[in-house]
Amino acid sequence: MINALPPALILVLGGLLVPFFKGRTRQALLLLLPVISFINLLQLPHGSHWVYPFLSDQIILARVDKLSLIFGYIFHLVAFLSALYALHVDDAVQNVAGTVYAGAAIGAVFAGDMFTLFVFWELLTISATFLILARRTERALGAGFRYFMVHVAGGLCLLAGIIMHVSQTGSAAFDLIGLGTTASWFIFVGIGVNCAWPFLHPWLTDAYPEATITGTIFLSAFTTKTAIYALARAFPGTEELIFIGGAMAAFPIFYAVIENDLRRVLAYSLINQVGFMVVGIGIGTALSINGAVAHAFNDLLFKGLLFMTMGAVMYRTGKINATDLGGLYKSMPWTCGFCIVGAASISAFPLFSGFVSKSMVMEAAAHGDMRWLWFILLFASAGVFHHAGIKIPFFAFYSHDSGLRCKEAPRHMLLAMGISAVLCILIGCFPQYLYSMLPYATDYQPYSISHVVAQSQLLIFSALAFTLLLLAGIYPAEIRSVNVDADWIYRKGGRQIYRFCNWAFNGINDWADRVFVQQFTKHLAQFFEEPGGNIQKYGHRLLVEATGIDDHVDQVDKKIDSRSRSAAYPVGIGVFLAVVILTLLAILL
Amino acid sequence: MSKKPISMDEELGMFDKPENVKRLLRIFYACVVISLAIDIFYHKHGIFTWESFFGFYSVYGFVACVILVIVAKFVLRPLVMRKEDYYND
Repeated sequence: MINALPPALILVLGGLLVPFFKGRTRQALLLLLPVISFINLLQLPHGSHWVYPFLSDQIILARVDKLSLIFGYIFHLVAFLSALYALHVDDAVQNVAGTVYAGAAIGAVFAGDMFTLFVFWELLTISATFLILARRTERALGAGFRYFMVHVAGGLCLLAGIIMHVSQTGSAAFDLIGLGTTASWFIFVGIGVNCAWPFLHPWLTDAYPEATITGTIFLSAFTTKTAIYALARAFPGTEELIFIGGAMAAFPIFYAVIENDLRRVLAYSLINQVGFMVVGIGIGTALSINGAVAHAFNDLLFKGLLFMTMGAVMYRTGKINATDLGGLYKSMPWTCGFCIVGAASISAFPLFSGFVSKSMVMEAAAHGDMRWLWFILLFASAGVFHHAGIKIPFFAFYSHDSGLRCKEAPRHMLLAMGISAVLCILIGCFPQYLYSMLPYATDYQPYSISHVVAQSQLLIFSALAFTLLLLAGIYPAEIRSVNVDADWIYRKGGRQIYRFCNWAFNGINDWADRVFVQQFTKHLAQFFEEPGGNIQKYGHRLLVEATGIDDHVDQVDKKIDSRSRSAAYPVGIGVFLAVVILTLLAILL
Repeated sequence: MSKKPISMDEELGMFDKPENVKRLLRIFYACVVISLAIDIFYHKHGIFTWESFFGFYSVYGFVACVILVIVAKFVLRPLVMRKEDYYND
């Protein structure tokens, strides 16, 4: 037995203890939890630990191997950096949600069976929702609600797949599944929701820019990367992933170019980067899976860094739309510098981290002779530089002077950004340390002259295109607007369904109310007030109409009424009616 | 936090002076020319044959970005852009 705790335990349980502490103690706890959890992780040897019997199978709380470890390491690092960045936040909801969210992601990547995976998968959804709701604006409330609904649907899809898979194979072990059975498709799509596949993606671009400033830093890290881990574990070499990843890498860059909210631009570029990872897993060679995992590792740092810089801008100015920003390089020089490092990393400039991982995926595609895919990825590489690499720093810190004057970001934010930026450069300059952690042994060399020259030319000419288009006035001006995406289906389409149902079902309801409740019962009540008398009146009227003789209808009615009131009918009529009813009954029965 | 008018006494930033912007652009154009010129002296070795064509990556990067912007501006934006309160009714 080992002297350690299950990997997720410290962050999840520790996170729940956070509200019992206040002020400095709470800040210290928030920073210490990821550190203690990381030290705990280092105690774990390779293999499966905490194996308990469950139903007909077993649950495995920790499966430690190279693939789960590298995700475990980077998740801890990012959890620490996010906590440092969020140190000023004195809001128990966010403090708890952020810590538990990181713990859930760590629990999911170490889960050795599907039930454990599912539990942490759902915990991710719940804690993430609170990070969105904690913004406490109406828009955040809506976005958080939609986020929750989409992920609950995805989670149920995953659960359905897991149950089918377990009942078919008799094993709940979370290992290579591969596409084939119906169960595997359910699991595949369930993971795909969290991975933000095309048409399943709008929860990401909808919710991340609406979350709190610090919440977005946490959010950008864990959900999609946990899904990448799950795909790398269960579906490596699945051809469908190549198409899905190619689409993910390409389409968001068009949206990113016209998007005004800079955090939403980053959300689109997040999908674009995850696309590279999905492609890498789909190709399924040792090089490509290494590339996917390494890119996930780097993306956690540079995407986190970019979100942090935009968060700092938002924290200081209260604005995030490109139309409102500009010229901040004077007020926030450090933030600006860190943003440029993040931009260079995501654009895969030589000596920055993106360069040493993205190239692995590109080269794997070339080795597999996937020409169209290679062209799409190259297009996406140029495009990502265009929108994330240039647009983000340019519109926030340069462009026209917005007149905004503010203080530099707070120290703890600068520290978190600084550490991220230094790591981006270190990984870019000394990639061998990253490579040694990858699931497959590799002697990959990113720094060949051909590769450096090619990438530099690609990026410099992308920058040239940006410059010339901007100077010529062709570059699309930032406009305050909403760009419709696939979430239209449930945001507007949902309302149309609601309207249709309202019209159809409430229409039926209204009609039924009018006819049966108001008219029919009213007449029925009137009739049964005096059934005998009413039949007589009706019969008399029919007689008058048929014969045409006006027999003083009103007088007859009065006579009938008074007879009914005093119940003074001749006995013979009563007997006659009784006979009629008995006859009717005899016929009917 | 506040949006106050820029005071004239404020020290001008580096890019407030047009000559600095021009200088920067000149340096940038020089980089562009140099990076393309490398292709004359150094023959790239790629996996695909077209990778070693003269200026392949430069042309691809430039054309890709122009297409990206043109499509985003003239095709995507008219299709998807709505007023800011589109979802608020």
